[in-house]
Amino acid sequence: MIHSLLLMALVATQDTSAGKQVYTKWCAGCHGDNGAGEGPAARHMIPPPRDFTGAVYQIRSTASGQLPIDADLLRSIDEGLPGTAMPGWKTRLSDRQRRDVLAYIKTFSTFFADTTQRPQVLQFGKEPGGGTGAEALRVGRQFYDSIGCRKCHGDQGRGDGPSAPTLKDDAGHPIFAANLHENWRFNGGPTTSDIYHRLRTGLDGTPMPSFSDLIDQKFLTETELWRVAEYVRSLSPSEPPVVRDVIHAPLVTRVLPSAPDDSAWNAVDPYWFPLVGQVIHKSRWFAPAVTGVWVKAVHTRDSIALRVTWDDRSASPDSAWLGHIGRVLATVQSDDSTREQPALWPDQMVVQFPVTIPTGMERPYFLMGSPSGPVYQWRWTSTSRDAAVAGLARGIERFDSLPRGAVGARAVYDHGQWRVVFTRALASPDTASQLPFRSGRAIPVAFFASDGSNGEHGTRTAVSTWYFLALDEPVPARVFISPVLAMVLTLGLGMLVVWRAQQKTSYRRQQ
Amino acid sequence: MKGRILSVVGGMFLLTVCSKGDQGNAAAAPAAPPSLAPAPAAAPAAATSAASADGGTIAGKIKFTGTPPKVPTIDMSEEAACKAKYPAPPKEETVVAGAANALANVFVYVSAGLPANAKYQAPSTPVVLDQNGCRYHPHVFGIMAGQNLEIKNSDPLLHNIKAIAKKNRGFNVSQPNAGMTRDVTFSAPEVMVNLECNVHGWMHAYAGVRSDPFFAVSGADGSFSIKGLPPGTYTVEAWHERFGTQTATVTIAGTESKTANFTFTAK
Repeated sequence: MIHSLLLMALVATQDTSAGKQVYTKWCAGCHGDNGAGEGPAARHMIPPPRDFTGAVYQIRSTASGQLPIDADLLRSIDEGLPGTAMPGWKTRLSDRQRRDVLAYIKTFSTFFADTTQRPQVLQFGKEPGGGTGAEALRVGRQFYDSIGCRKCHGDQGRGDGPSAPTLKDDAGHPIFAANLHENWRFNGGPTTSDIYHRLRTGLDGTPMPSFSDLIDQKFLTETELWRVAEYVRSLSPSEPPVVRDVIHAPLVTRVLPSAPDDSAWNAVDPYWFPLVGQVIHKSRWFAPAVTGVWVKAVHTRDSIALRVTWDDRSASPDSAWLGHIGRVLATVQSDDSTREQPALWPDQMVVQFPVTIPTGMERPYFLMGSPSGPVYQWRWTSTSRDAAVAGLARGIERFDSLPRGAVGARAVYDHGQWRVVFTRALASPDTASQLPFRSGRAIPVAFFASDGSNGEHGTRTAVSTWYFLALDEPVPARVFISPVLAMVLTLGLGMLVVWRAQQKTSYRRQQ
Repeated sequence: MKGRILSVVGGMFLLTVCSKGDQGNAAAAPAAPPSLAPAPAAAPAAATSAASADGGTIAGKIKFTGTPPKVPTIDMSEEAACKAKYPAPPKEETVVAGAANALANVFVYVSAGLPANAKYQAPSTPVVLDQNGCRYHPHVFGIMAGQNLEIKNSDPLLHNIKAIAKKNRGFNVSQPNAGMTRDVTFSAPEVMVNLECNVHGWMHAYAGVRSDPFFAVSGADGSFSIKGLPPGTYTVEAWHERFGTQTATVTIAGTESKTANFTFTAK
């Protein structure tokens, strides 16, 4: 008995010392040597790294307030937390290493050693059938409204509800209500079942509560709560968007759709491009609010229209978000020696092209050009919704507007989403600095977005790399006719050969 | 009446360390919490060793000096059902001042001096925390470890109740419907456990969790009283969500009543 205890103690010691090595090498940079979530990189992140000393974990299979079970922690280690800086470690560390580090992480809190803590896995049941039908989604939507999801997540689910600007985590750091249209960024996983589990357990440490009491106290059935999960799942695409490098802008014969909600846009293919924080130039920005843009483009014989759509929880400037801005600036360490005071900055979208279409592979520096290699940009700002400024950027801090930059813009803000249409003539009066658009060539294009209500302005912005825009010509008729002609010809020749052969055969027989 | 409501419970001894209030943030203030009444009444009966009515009393008044801080008015325009419960828009409860700068919602408790081996049984009557008119009633309260806290929603709309604690397990549960209740207990003494609603950022409540029944919350007139103390020399701490903490040392011999007044500085 004593021997086995000693053995167990020995094994435990070995486990945590091995785990400590893994932890020190791979985890401490963010989570800190003492597990308090205060590693050297921590102050650049929103959300900040987990503080292990409190043993409060978002992703659990247990009731709110309970400890997670080992499988819950291992899942977060293995898969990471999408939408945060936490990567998955399944492919980087061995099974043994991940189990060791799990054991070590638990030593940071006394709660795991407390035998009165007995986490119990909730009985989640199985998803009822019929979850994707219109009636199921209608029921899900009804309860989405009635149980108050919209208070934080918003009427259309983009994380823009009336309470969204006030949200804080347990430590007082700013936190966004999830944008329910981006399930690939859900911390606890993208599936209907993942969503249902989060509804039942809540995300401890965040404002997201557990809704299990609704079932236990018979205000809702399990099926009804599953319907909410199914409705939430239905807001995101069936598959996460895939980046396609070239935006195809078809030729339209009717008038250019210059309004963001012109029905002509419905027939145009959308292209998705991810944005990331600008971390190259001071002051760097690791916590961008805009995670990507959806782009559509069309052109006529003489003009081009480009529609950029992105989710943004606020139509900045909005004084309701001033407290959030203050929390963001207080949480994220600044590169500058003095911390900036919160202010009501606007939202901004920049569409960037080279000054001329490059002939070779070389393009200007993607991050707004350089002093010797400028880029041509359209800049739109939410304080002047139906206008854009064209100009030349010579590096991230220098922008010179062009006096004759005839770019137009129209914008709508709708339930947590901006839709902005930029229009311009294909030809340019000033070909030296304003890109002339033409078909037949891939035109480099890049995007930059700032959410003023997240403290973003200037170098604190979200950036993309270069992609391409192609003005499609209608396919000439001969492209379709040639194969048909070829087929007819082949068939005819073949039949001729057969007919000739038959003629010969019957001739020989007659002889 | 109000002073009594908030007064302490009788009981026995024990206690030990008492974690000091770790916080200074937040908002609080009183507002005559009727729901607190059952707790003080229940506690003395539950005490296992009897100090009850025979013990000594520490009573006093709490006030503050300086200019009362400006307390913001709550914007309830998003919640018509709550807004309708007030004739005029209510203010946040971070500082609730009575006449002559009396300070309400101060949690007063014995932080040291009780016999180390004393054990006190938690009362079987729960403390009730009511969410009504998008505010917590009471805003500040004391509760014994192991005693039930009954959290109920009297509003026909979503509240979530998040507890943020260090020595206890925090939690976060939702009550989207009027009439929902949830019983919770805290296992370890902690001054204070923060309770908050994230849907309504102005909603904060503070629970002083103790392993003995010697605590009270000051009423609208700033008065408090802790009864049933055995003879001894005690450190008494007063905690206010905005103004911080104050301590006093009080010696009790027999069944006397001693006065301990506290004066905070407005900040």
